[in-house]
Amino acid sequence: MAKYTCPQCGEQIETAGIVTVCPQCHADMSAVVEAAGHALRQRAAELIRDDSVTTHEYIVRTRGLTKIYKMGDVEVPALRGVDLDIRRGEYLSIMGPSGSGKSTLFNLVGGLDKPTSGSCYINETDMAQLSAHELAWQRCHTIGYIFQTFNLIPVMTALENVTLPMIFAGMSSDEMLERGRMLLELVGLGGRLHHKPHELSGGQQQRVAVARALANSPAIILADEPTGNLDLHTGKEIIELLKELNVESGVTVISATHDLKMIDVSDRIVHIRDGRIERIDRREDIELEVGTMGGEETAV
Amino acid sequence: MMDVKKLAQVAGGGGAKSLQIQAQISLPWSDAFRISLKSVVLRLGRAAITATGIILGVAFLTYVWSDRIFSEGVTKARIQQEQTLAAAAEAVRGGGKPAAGGETASGTATPAGAERPAGEAPAPTTAGSEDQERSARTTWLVIMSLLVCGIGITNSMLMSVTERFQEIGTMKCLGALDSFIVRLFLIESVVVGALGSVAGILLGFLFVLLYYGVKAGFSVTAKIDWAELSGYVLLALAIGTALSLASAIPPAIRAAQMPAAAALRTEI
Repeated sequence: MAKYTCPQCGEQIETAGIVTVCPQCHADMSAVVEAAGHALRQRAAELIRDDSVTTHEYIVRTRGLTKIYKMGDVEVPALRGVDLDIRRGEYLSIMGPSGSGKSTLFNLVGGLDKPTSGSCYINETDMAQLSAHELAWQRCHTIGYIFQTFNLIPVMTALENVTLPMIFAGMSSDEMLERGRMLLELVGLGGRLHHKPHELSGGQQQRVAVARALANSPAIILADEPTGNLDLHTGKEIIELLKELNVESGVTVISATHDLKMIDVSDRIVHIRDGRIERIDRREDIELEVGTMGGEETAV
Repeated sequence: MMDVKKLAQVAGGGGAKSLQIQAQISLPWSDAFRISLKSVVLRLGRAAITATGIILGVAFLTYVWSDRIFSEGVTKARIQQEQTLAAAAEAVRGGGKPAAGGETASGTATPAGAERPAGEAPAPTTAGSEDQERSARTTWLVIMSLLVCGIGITNSMLMSVTERFQEIGTMKCLGALDSFIVRLFLIESVVVGALGSVAGILLGFLFVLLYYGVKAGFSVTAKIDWAELSGYVLLALAIGTALSLASAIPPAIRAAQMPAAAALRTEI
């Protein structure tokens, strides 16, 4: 039921549908109805963004995540209780100074390490409850990893690097080669299928890594400082690649970064300090001088 | 250059994918073999160092065994030769009309032929205990040398594993199970072990062949018990390969059990 007030006679009209003229004075009501609709849509958008009202589908949830490293007799806490919900299809950046625990968080979310206490759920599955086989399956199929140091297998060609996760997934070798070739062509490396990592530039290696991360159609891409070892221009290329993938295929991108260009394309930015979440920013709430940065980039 | 829209299609709607966790992860033996072989070929230097240990150990083993077979062959040849000589002398002595020269020749030959068995008769007892002692000592030497080789290979494998922690961590990120890592390293060590053993066998055998060939003439090869020798060759191959495999197991397991994050963190 919507309530409209006639702008001429002040008549209150209550209807489930839409009124175009006032039943009392026959005045035109379309402007009023349109304005009310606009306000409604605005409110809806606000509600969607308001986490206290809207429930999202979360692909990653962490509850009270702590991690303590033991260095001899000394205990070094890296994370001191992190509660973080990451939505499906979100582009999330994790920021923080080195030693703040962002890499640790990254490792725990990726199932590469086990938390000291607390739990991490991916698709509502507690990672700690998984058997070694299930965990390997999860890493192989659900998560694609991208690293600062690229981490390609040095003895394998680009194509072999991309097809390796497909071998683990049990794909047939014809299908595997075709898919690997297609992925590499699509990241612009169709002419370098049989090059070894050391024969490729940093940006090209990282693109191979992106193709490899996409090998088994993951739901999440975990990127640990993906632009850390790249110059501004190639770094920007990788960021754009990740962002477009995020928009086009709905893959959730979680990346640890210092890079302001990365922050610019993020939906949310999580700031971590001393093993705790300091604050979470939404992209629309922060201001970045992207223009000046763009100017610098073209100069490079 | 890049076609991200198409890439997104190929990558698939990550969200729409089945979320059912399964436990099916595989590494077919054929692929494992391919990866391991490639690794050996591309890290030939490292493989050569590992193989050298095996080559030396197996060469020594082959040397000891074929030395025994060759010396038996030489003894057999000598005894046979003496027997024919003795038989010839017998024939000469009992013969109808020996030439005067032949008489003297056989006259010198006969005492030698007659004396030899008599002189040798007491020898086997002392030589037997001496032989026993020597063969016990040789056995110890062989065992010691193989042990040293084993330790050398383990050390070399440990280095090779340490060098590749990052690679191991990456493989785990891509969905490799611990057993895949162990499998890759073990295949590698079996390949290196088998190749090293073959080289070691050739080296040891050639050394013995040259030694006896120069000393007693290459005709000695006709008197060798080839069946026994080939049995020993196969045994040496098996021992070399098994040694390499056994030495690789502890480092391979150590590598595989490392948590992925720790393996990735390692910097060398």
